Amino acid sequence: MNAITTLQAPALERFIARARGDVSVLRGDLPTRAVEAWHYTSLRDVAKVPFEDAPDADFEAARALIDAHFPADLNMARAVFVNGRFTPDLSTGLEAFDIAAFSPGSGAMARPERDAIAGINAALAQDGLTLRVPQDVDAGRLALISVDVGQGRFSTHPRHRIVLEDGAALSLLDLNFGSGAYLSNPVFEIVVGDRARLTHAKVQDEDCEAFHLALVYADVATRGLYDSFTLTMGAALSRHEVHAGLLGGHATVHVNAAQLLDGDRHADLTSVITHGNPDCVSRQTVKNVLLDTSHGVFQGKIYVDRIAQKTDGYQMNQALLLSDRAQIDSKPELEIYADDVRCSHGATVGALDEEQLFYLQSRGIPRDDARAMLVRAFLTDAIALIEDEGMHTLLDAAVDAWWARRS
Amino acid sequence: MPAVTETREAVETLSQSTYKWGFETDIEMEIAPKGLSEDTIRFISARKGEPEWLLEWRLKAYRAWCEMEPPLWAKPHHPPIDFQDAHYFAEPKKKPGPKSLEEVDPELLRTYEKLGIPLHEQALLAGVEVPEGEEARMPVAVDAVFDSVSVVTTFRKTLEEAGVIFCPISDAVKEHPELVQRYLGSVVPAGDNFYAALNSAVFTDGSFVYVPKGVRCPMELSTYFRINARNTGQFERTLIICEDGASVSYLEGCTAPQRDENQLHAAVVELVATDDASIKYSTVQNWYPGDAEGNGGIYNFVTKRGACRGARSKISWTQVETGSAITWKYPSCILAGEGSVGEFYSVAVTNNHQQADTGTKMIHLAPNTRSTIIAKTISAGRSDSTYRGLVRMMPKARGARNFTQCDSLLIGDQCGAHTVPYIENRNMTARIEHEATTSKISEDQLFYCRSRGLSEEDAVGLIVNGFCKDVLKELPMEFAVEAQKLLQISLEGSVG
Repeated sequence: MNAITTLQAPALERFIARARGDVSVLRGDLPTRAVEAWHYTSLRDVAKVPFEDAPDADFEAARALIDAHFPADLNMARAVFVNGRFTPDLSTGLEAFDIAAFSPGSGAMARPERDAIAGINAALAQDGLTLRVPQDVDAGRLALISVDVGQGRFSTHPRHRIVLEDGAALSLLDLNFGSGAYLSNPVFEIVVGDRARLTHAKVQDEDCEAFHLALVYADVATRGLYDSFTLTMGAALSRHEVHAGLLGGHATVHVNAAQLLDGDRHADLTSVITHGNPDCVSRQTVKNVLLDTSHGVFQGKIYVDRIAQKTDGYQMNQALLLSDRAQIDSKPELEIYADDVRCSHGATVGALDEEQLFYLQSRGIPRDDARAMLVRAFLTDAIALIEDEGMHTLLDAAVDAWWARRS
Repeated sequence: MPAVTETREAVETLSQSTYKWGFETDIEMEIAPKGLSEDTIRFISARKGEPEWLLEWRLKAYRAWCEMEPPLWAKPHHPPIDFQDAHYFAEPKKKPGPKSLEEVDPELLRTYEKLGIPLHEQALLAGVEVPEGEEARMPVAVDAVFDSVSVVTTFRKTLEEAGVIFCPISDAVKEHPELVQRYLGSVVPAGDNFYAALNSAVFTDGSFVYVPKGVRCPMELSTYFRINARNTGQFERTLIICEDGASVSYLEGCTAPQRDENQLHAAVVELVATDDASIKYSTVQNWYPGDAEGNGGIYNFVTKRGACRGARSKISWTQVETGSAITWKYPSCILAGEGSVGEFYSVAVTNNHQQADTGTKMIHLAPNTRSTIIAKTISAGRSDSTYRGLVRMMPKARGARNFTQCDSLLIGDQCGAHTVPYIENRNMTARIEHEATTSKISEDQLFYCRSRGLSEEDAVGLIVNGFCKDVLKELPMEFAVEAQKLLQISLEGSVG
């Protein structure tokens, strides 16, 4: 069966249009700010992307980028995608993993009609990681490295599918970086089985001219755990959108994130956590550190179905504005149809606490160092939420590298 | 224990179980033909003897409205409204110019009596009791609105002596055209949104308040709106202007008689406060919510906005929303004066098939502006209630502060409670804090009350009143009591 026939009708039209080289259809599909879900993020600039195939990869450039971003002493299996294509030469340690050949038809969760961005991915995806962790197997850690490198505007649309069978465990480090004015448009379809545990730590450190539009669909079964953390530092414009479904009783989802933005970057974290069953837990802490003229966006929705009694939902957004011209737009949202629930959310926005700064300065720490120290402490709080503690050091290092680069 | 007495009384009323104010007064009406067109607007304008500029303003609003689509972003859903299938003007037929209460149609007065409005000055004075050790309560001036036309305004003279103008807006158009022309539409422009444009085109009456420099309004001002005739929309327009150092407290109460068809209510309220002025606007909204199956009820699409134009000015909105099939209402403050203050205290109760989407907007334009939002939402039956609020700090709002607290209470497993805050900050020195919780009535609290001999319904009433206390205490005394009763009535049948 050809992949095309499994796509829904609107996506099929797009795909055919793409085949004919008429990409204006794709651009016309991009949501505008009049759409509530895109109220704070404009895709006007993304419409400039020609949706051309990625150029042939320059492996040397890719290797250099990986060396710069991925600590050499890190003993971790890695699956490397260069310009959206799996690159065995740069990957290591994958023998232990159950990886299947890519099949573009696997579009059950990221359905094109659900979302225009998913539709574009469905129409243009050519490769992706298809990984299965068998029942009761702890697969350990795996780094998924996506590097985009090339001249001119191009786009990559990897489509990853990660299935953890009952009782399985995996810790995934999802690294995204590159060089050039590309659009990176990864889609993840994640299934976490009964009692299975997946840690998904993502670092988005794309080129400052790049766009990054990521979509994650994660379904979690009874007593399963999807523990995610997204650190956003790069790209001119980015959005990380998570749709997490709690599909079995006592399932848990963590959608934590931190944004560390400078220049005039725009970063959007959007999540929809659906409590579809009783006794589930969701936790979300999102921290934004905004410098210069950067613009941070957080839109988080907790949806509690009528049957999802005894839901425990918590959502917190804290933003630090470190510049007069930085901007934050936050929309923590609760939509609740069950009565026996405990749901709360909070949001705070402000500058660094002058008293804390004064305290440190009065102990002889220069103001800039004191500022850096407080910001690090602010972010460490969020990073510490990842259950796989081995990831803490990695993410702390990524933040330190960012801070060192800046000053 | 007055609260308990209140509760008991309320529950006794409940046993009769139908909408308390569901009666219809039979008075001959003068009604505009059904439908909306430029001719309807010319008819309304001519009937009200309006000046040319106002007719032009209405027509401009109408043309803007024709280009607009009804807003669909709110949570409530309703069948499309046929705007051509309603009367846009209904006036109680009256003998020419009632000079005193005796001349007023006795049918009207009886209606008000049933509503418990202290229209008679005597009844009003009798109602004023001064509890020991408390400040003497001020008498209440009432501008009673019966369908579209204010019938009589009490205490107008007393107010005039203080320099306060309090009259139907149609009178203000004739007597103080310069004020009306200057301020009408200055806070809510004619083309602001779909329902505000509709209101601007066809508004029939409403209240006008002007408090001059340095005057503290000598009494609470109050308007009871009331929809009466079948198939008449009500389009009230209220304009309150409070000049430097002046202050006023304004009460708005709504009850509507029972009927089958959905009725449209699209009011606009504009408040203007200049330097050091203070406006307190309180609402108890109890339009007919529809029956237990969700038939009938009022569609309440209201645009309320206050402009704090002067330094240190203050606008405070307090609302208790218990009625209407659909409530769509976001009383807002534009904090343009340095150090100005905006407040929003709200209780929204929905039961049966009611839908409410309400909240506020606090737009901080100037330095050191402050705003507080306390919103309590209670959903029961099969209803849905949404808090939707915006806090926006603009680049010049140095040192601005906002605190928001939204709490939702769910009673029963067929209802929904939603919180949708929009938080936008463009100034690093501005601070915003938002917190929200959703829960049900705790079993412990219920058990505690029940073990002390309260019935389940009484216990729920007590707990709900406690949940809303932060808001209810902001209401003027007269309203606080009524509001507590309303909470009880609204939650009837939601427990057990």
